[in-house]
Amino acid sequence: MTLSTDIDTLPQVAETGEAERPLKARPLPVAIISAITIGVIIAAWGLASAYALVSPVFLPSPRQVVLALYNLVVTGFVDATLAEHVGASLYRIFGALIASILIGIPAGIAIGTSRLGRGILDPIVEFLRPLPPLAYLPLIIIWVGIGEASKITVIVLSMLPSIILSTSAGVRGVSKDHVNAARSLGASRRQVLREVVLPSAVPSILTGVRIALGAGWTTLVAAELVAATSGIGFMIQSAAQFLVTDIVIAGIIVIALIAILLEYVARQIERRLVPWAAHR
Amino acid sequence: MSTLTFRSVSLRYPPRAARAGVGEKLVLDGIDLQVASHELVAIIGRSGSGKTSLLNLAAGFLEPTAGTITVDGVPIEGPSADRAVVFQDDALYPWLDARDNIALPFKLKGVPLAERRARAEQLLARVGLADAGDRRIWELSGGMRQRVGIARALAAEPRFLLLDEPLGALDALTRTRMQEFLLRIKAESGAGALLITHSIEEALLLGTRIVVLSPNPGRLTAEIEAGFNAEVLNGASVAAVKASPIFKRMHAGLTGLIHASAEEEIAA
Ligand SMILES: Nc1ncnc2c1ncn2[C@@H]1O[C@H](COP(=O)(O)OP(=O)(O)O)[C@@H](O)[C@H]1O
Ligand SMILES: [Mg+2]
Repeated sequence: MTLSTDIDTLPQVAETGEAERPLKARPLPVAIISAITIGVIIAAWGLASAYALVSPVFLPSPRQVVLALYNLVVTGFVDATLAEHVGASLYRIFGALIASILIGIPAGIAIGTSRLGRGILDPIVEFLRPLPPLAYLPLIIIWVGIGEASKITVIVLSMLPSIILSTSAGVRGVSKDHVNAARSLGASRRQVLREVVLPSAVPSILTGVRIALGAGWTTLVAAELVAATSGIGFMIQSAAQFLVTDIVIAGIIVIALIAILLEYVARQIERRLVPWAAHR
Repeated sequence: MSTLTFRSVSLRYPPRAARAGVGEKLVLDGIDLQVASHELVAIIGRSGSGKTSLLNLAAGFLEPTAGTITVDGVPIEGPSADRAVVFQDDALYPWLDARDNIALPFKLKGVPLAERRARAEQLLARVGLADAGDRRIWELSGGMRQRVGIARALAAEPRFLLLDEPLGALDALTRTRMQEFLLRIKAESGAGALLITHSIEEALLLGTRIVVLSPNPGRLTAEIEAGFNAEVLNGASVAAVKASPIFKRMHAGLTGLIHASAEEEIAA
């Protein structure tokens, strides 16, 4: 989810190349092609269920799913409305985000600025980074219990590596001239860090936070499938147990929409906070 | 009245090499140089001759392999606001607007926000950018950026201005205007200046003294005094000065000196 938008620029380059050739018909914009794709999928889905090609238990019609979504919003499922489930999930992800920013940024600075910091923290981060969060979830549950703390811990652990690594990369990527300029203007080491190194690392840190949000959301939903009594992941897991497939599909759509929304908001924040990142 | 002094300064890259011999290079050899407050010493040399290295030594960004660098007899210890640097690629901070870039040295000294902004405004006016305080760095032209960079260096209230090809990236017209601007600013500030350039014309026009740095290893091979600086400050037009026969003659002479140093290098 996090990478898709970046990779999207590649086909667009090809598109412009095509447009320069003397074609009679103008090529369709990518957005239209995408819209058509989505339309075709929904239509195929609708036909499959209308002609009962697949049992409605496994594949409810699009209409049913929309209805399920409506019911979720109005009356809810397993003791909570959609808003409450989503609220529980968002509470966890933002709680975890705050915690991982508070831990990750100082850790990244330590790795980026001191040999000792790098020596101590690098192996921990490198161990954690490639691990699928669900691999350590059972251990976390043994240690912290089944409550909120274990889920937030797992999400924090899944978010930390990208925040730490992007912070240390940002810190290390500071321009030498920028640092030297500050030193020749009278800055102490501490002032260089605060006035130059940190601000110049902000774009990289924000990118890390955005990627962490994507990773955290994935982990959150997975963790809720395994161990939770509320939240959007728990909701679809419960619905699946009772074969309420329309709610499962509605839930999946909501999860995807929230992921896209988080990504979008994060990008907007980046653009507002560091307009200069594009001008370096 | 202060003096910046290089005494028998040499620089070898990488400084204090871990593995001696590997990639080592003597960049500067036995540099003796003095810059006093009333002077603007222009260093001229071809690219790769070690000009930036020399300036980085003066700034305290690098330590000499041998020799000493002193200000009024006191050895320098790393960079300080005493010797403010203006960089070729401006090195302005894009996360700050023009005003806050200039106000940074005040901030570093703990001057309160309102006061440092007011003082930055004064400096903006002094460099002819009275209305540009709110502008982002990328909204400024090359010439404006260098003005901001110079104002920022002045805000540090340095005893010496170290200028590393500050006008090198500017177009010819802007460059001529900036040369005159630089002279006035330097004269008003009372700071001594070390100016690096690879333009013979610029060195002649701006320098009270011009030293030639010849490469491999960098040595100071010639030194001449020039008075065009004072003529411009006394109101002569830059164009007229550059067109005068004596300027042309000295230009030819200096060109000869630089070529001689190049031929020496080939012969060696
Ligand atoms: N950090 C460095 N490590 C090794 N060699 C360097 C380094 N910086 C510069 N040099 C070498 O020193 C010589 C002088 O460089 P420099 O001072 O930048 O010259 P100039 O500013 O006159 O172009 C060049 O040959 C360059 O390759
Ligand atoms: Mg240079």
